[in-house]
Amino acid sequence: MSTILEVKDLTKKFADTEVLKGISFELKKGETLAVIGSSGSGKSTMLRCLNQLSPPDSGEILLEGVNINTPEIDLNTVRADMGFVFQDFNLFIHLSVLENVMFGPLRVRGLPKKEAREIAMAEIERVGMIDKIDFYPAQLSGGQQQRISIARALALRPKLILFDEPTSALDPELTGEVLGVMTALANDGMTAIVVTHEMGFAQSVADKAIFIDQGIIVEQGVPEQMFAAPRHERTRHFLSNFVGLE
Amino acid sequence: MEIIRILISELPQFAKGTLIALEVLAGLLALGLVLGLAIALAEIFGNTVVKFFATTLRKFLWAIPQLVLLFLVFYLPFDLNPVCAAIIALGLCSSAFQSQIFRGAILSVQSGQIEAAKAMGLSKPKIIFYIVIPQMIRLSIGPWTNEFSSELKDTSLAYVVGVVEIMRQAKYIIAYTFGNTAAVYLFVGVLYFMLTRIGTYFFYKLEERLWVPGFEKRS
Ligand SMILES: Nc1ncnc2c1ncn2[C@@H]1O[C@H](COP(=O)(O)OP(=O)(O)OP(=O)(O)O)[C@@H](O)[C@H]1O
Ligand SMILES: [Mg+2]
Repeated sequence: MSTILEVKDLTKKFADTEVLKGISFELKKGETLAVIGSSGSGKSTMLRCLNQLSPPDSGEILLEGVNINTPEIDLNTVRADMGFVFQDFNLFIHLSVLENVMFGPLRVRGLPKKEAREIAMAEIERVGMIDKIDFYPAQLSGGQQQRISIARALALRPKLILFDEPTSALDPELTGEVLGVMTALANDGMTAIVVTHEMGFAQSVADKAIFIDQGIIVEQGVPEQMFAAPRHERTRHFLSNFVGLE
Repeated sequence: MEIIRILISELPQFAKGTLIALEVLAGLLALGLVLGLAIALAEIFGNTVVKFFATTLRKFLWAIPQLVLLFLVFYLPFDLNPVCAAIIALGLCSSAFQSQIFRGAILSVQSGQIEAAKAMGLSKPKIIFYIVIPQMIRLSIGPWTNEFSSELKDTSLAYVVGVVEIMRQAKYIIAYTFGNTAAVYLFVGVLYFMLTRIGTYFFYKLEERLWVPGFEKRS
């Protein structure tokens, strides 16, 4: 499989605090990468640097071989190719479910309405929400809102999707439905980076995992191996917080 | 009840005055809306220079009494007719108020939604047009209705520059009502009351039509 994303020595500072101190990793087409680490370690910052919601200070981000961390690149095109799913969904509250999912194809990609609608319907179907197309975000549960926000990201037909703790704002009983959708996506060959505290999901679905601590990647590898036999003390310590991992 | 007969026979004059008042009102609200929205967008999304000019203009317009601006515009050496002068002067004053309404509404659009739109690759103008403004409109209708009724009353100020609106008509009529001045003004008061109620009802209906779940509803 070809490499879709290659990150080289990414750094980011806020005022005087170095939040990312040289992050490097590679992702192949179709892979799911789980990013784990304790609160404040820089996971969200890393995702936000990838699509430049926060511009990185230095480093290269090669998307299909092209460095997108240069001033010449058209940011909006890059962002449309990288889906982003937020912890708190951020659906457009004045638009219905269908309009939310049509929004990308229609307003970002500039497709005709009919085509945008077809794409949207397919993605809504994929996340199992076809009976709710005329609902507004305020009428949906958190889990349903998150599934729609995943559909909204997919409707742009991105090259990869970034998930920032997509289930952290959800009650435990709603977490399953969202992880189910994400598992199906991974099986369909979608490329994804998932920041998560769901170790079960990381272990069973992700092809790779990276553990970030204080802005550096301490350890990376295959999740089963990393979780069963962490090589670093800090990884071991972090994983010990999650009981019931086998 | 001579006065009632006079008022009834003068109804066509009051109707004319009402139409002029509504013309001034529509004009000043439209000018205030366009300029007020421009000021609000400039203050929130503009660069430092744009922001500075918008803020200065707003503070200036905010500070000047409507009467002063009315005379100022009327006596500009452009030979403006009274209705135009009133629309411009009152519209400028209104824009300062309206900009504050829009500013509040824009700032209460959740930043997460704007970030989500940005993350989808939407340009800033499109974010403003497709996300910010539609939500702003829904949030503004309530306060905007207040501005509507307060400006409806303020159209009566236009009579100082010679606009033949409701107040000016009342003055003409009072000239031959022989002491029934209060009755005429009572009639004028009721007229303003009815106009306000009709307008407010219309905006309330509009707000209901535009309402979607997730926006606060006025009770
Ligand atoms: N906009 C910002 N300005 C200043 N500091 C920031 C900003 N965003 C993040 N930080 C700091 O950067 C560090 C990393 O934050 P980040 O949100 O990336 O952590 P995280 O790993 O995602 O944590 P969590 O699991 O709690 O979401 C934190 O110390 C945070 O305070
Ligand atoms: Mg985070």
